[in-house]
Amino acid sequence: MKSVEEIKAAIEAAVPGARVSVVENPSVSGQRSLRLGHAHAVEVAKFLRDDAELALDFLSNVSGVDWPDKEIAEKVKVTKTVTKTVDGVEQQVEEVVEETRKRTEPGYLEAVYHLYSMSKKHGPVILRMRTANRTDEVEMPSLTSIWRSADLQEREIFDLFGIVFTGHHDLRRLLMWRGFKDHPMRKDYVEPDDFEYEPTAHDEVLQRAQEHQAAEQKGEGA
Amino acid sequence: MTISTTEKIEGWNTPPVITPDSEGELLEVAMGPHHPSTHGVFRMDVALDGERVIRLKPIFGYLHRNHEKIAEGASYLAAMPYTDRLDYFCSLTNNWAYALAVETLVGQAVPERAQYLRVILAELTRVQNHASSIGFLIQEMGASGTPLMYAFKEREKILDLFEELTGSRMMCNYMRFGGCRVDASEAWLNDTRKVVAGLPKFVDEFENLLSSNEILMARCQGVGILSRELAVNAGVTGPMLRASGVNYDIRKVDHYGIYDRFSFRVPLGEHGDVYDRYMMRILEMRESIHILEQALKEVPGGPVMDAKAKIRGFRPKPGEAYGRIEAPKGELGFYLISDGGPNPYRYRIRPPSLINLTILEDMCLGSNVADVVLIFGSVDIVLGEVDR
Repeated sequence: MKSVEEIKAAIEAAVPGARVSVVENPSVSGQRSLRLGHAHAVEVAKFLRDDAELALDFLSNVSGVDWPDKEIAEKVKVTKTVTKTVDGVEQQVEEVVEETRKRTEPGYLEAVYHLYSMSKKHGPVILRMRTANRTDEVEMPSLTSIWRSADLQEREIFDLFGIVFTGHHDLRRLLMWRGFKDHPMRKDYVEPDDFEYEPTAHDEVLQRAQEHQAAEQKGEGA
Repeated sequence: MTISTTEKIEGWNTPPVITPDSEGELLEVAMGPHHPSTHGVFRMDVALDGERVIRLKPIFGYLHRNHEKIAEGASYLAAMPYTDRLDYFCSLTNNWAYALAVETLVGQAVPERAQYLRVILAELTRVQNHASSIGFLIQEMGASGTPLMYAFKEREKILDLFEELTGSRMMCNYMRFGGCRVDASEAWLNDTRKVVAGLPKFVDEFENLLSSNEILMARCQGVGILSRELAVNAGVTGPMLRASGVNYDIRKVDHYGIYDRFSFRVPLGEHGDVYDRYMMRILEMRESIHILEQALKEVPGGPVMDAKAKIRGFRPKPGEAYGRIEAPKGELGFYLISDGGPNPYRYRIRPPSLINLTILEDMCLGSNVADVVLIFGSVDIVLGEVDR
């Protein structure tokens, strides 16, 4: 089978303007993947399926991954001008100081597609796509029109991660019920308060129960 | 195989729309969640025009417990017993798929004896799964009890072997990263040989009872046809895919474990109907028995755990891996992302039972409502794996 770089070159030749980059995998499994831009994703998928040599006709697995905002603390060396007393004389001296700077790397949601070929019996070729962020720009093109097997799997990701697959014909929740608000597979998901199922009614639980009932009486909770 | 004829595949991203014949109103029926044929808690919202199915929407989630989230909060090894509960008919193949994914992630070798034990247990699992799934199918056809009890009689013998080896009939929790939990005694291997020696007779008897049965043929042939192009495009795997005539068995494609050492054939169907799926399971049982006979002849001695396998403080290097096996129901895969911590950052299961249901509506449209039960039964699912 072609290497990831060769597949990347083939995609770029076949679909002009497609944004593809290779994602390294440091583990011993060596399964490297290709990241696709949204704009030409469906065309690229169609090419991968219909290309005579690749013939990736079988989409095996679609996984959602949540990458929350990361706070990275970095130590940076900064040159500063400091006033110092050297040999009894005040002087302006340049000094290298280490500073800890914090920056936040914005999080995103990711969908990973594992492709195989049933006719050529090779694979996997791994595709990944990202959303712009985790809050309001969570759209991503659906590949259901190319591989039907993405149908239920994309619905599951929509349900549990909250990625909105544009172009999906029937994007409803799959496992959680209608009217459920949150996305349970996200890393920052907080379980609802289920004080009713606590085995022993101790003070802290009773306290929470009262807060719940107060909210319900106001018509906010439940 | 000529699958990538684009014209054929376009428009397959949705089930076809059928217009009712009569002018009257459609009857909407909710089959399930406690319908006896649903193998658990699963609902199909069916719209009927007389007896004909016009629309069918599967509704999932009654058994959802977010297994993936639980496993992401537990250490790698602690997720192993949870995998038993996915497809609770085939806990040993679930164990193997997970162990294989983790072994791919960390590059762990597995000793010879453990490889043989894994193959023996996986094939025994396949035999008992196929036998009981046929039993359930015939039961749904109206043959109340007898064929199912025939299958269960044989299944009990195999479960007794599992119990003797692992301590549990169904929740085996047997495989580990780099081998198996306990060694099999010579007495256990001899017992297994005895059970395997009795299996061909059981399959013959089973087939005599069923394969040319007039009612079975009338109910199954030409029902629930799935074309090979749609089967491939919809990611259908396992006996269902091969019943549609696609030669794809992961044991042959990936040669995971030591499957390249055994000679066995991959049975293929022609029509892709319910009868072919039934027949596929019968033939696969025969091939599994063939593998078992070969494997049991040459089980080598030695350890069942790799001496270098890390058990305490197991922290894979950052990275990701996808490992898959041919489980009795189809391709069972595990996708793991490690961030270097003691528990997986992402733990995803590729459930064959769920993905094989993608085209349930396509197969059922236009057929009689009584056949929906059969078509659904021929997919062979377990709700523990569908809903996770």
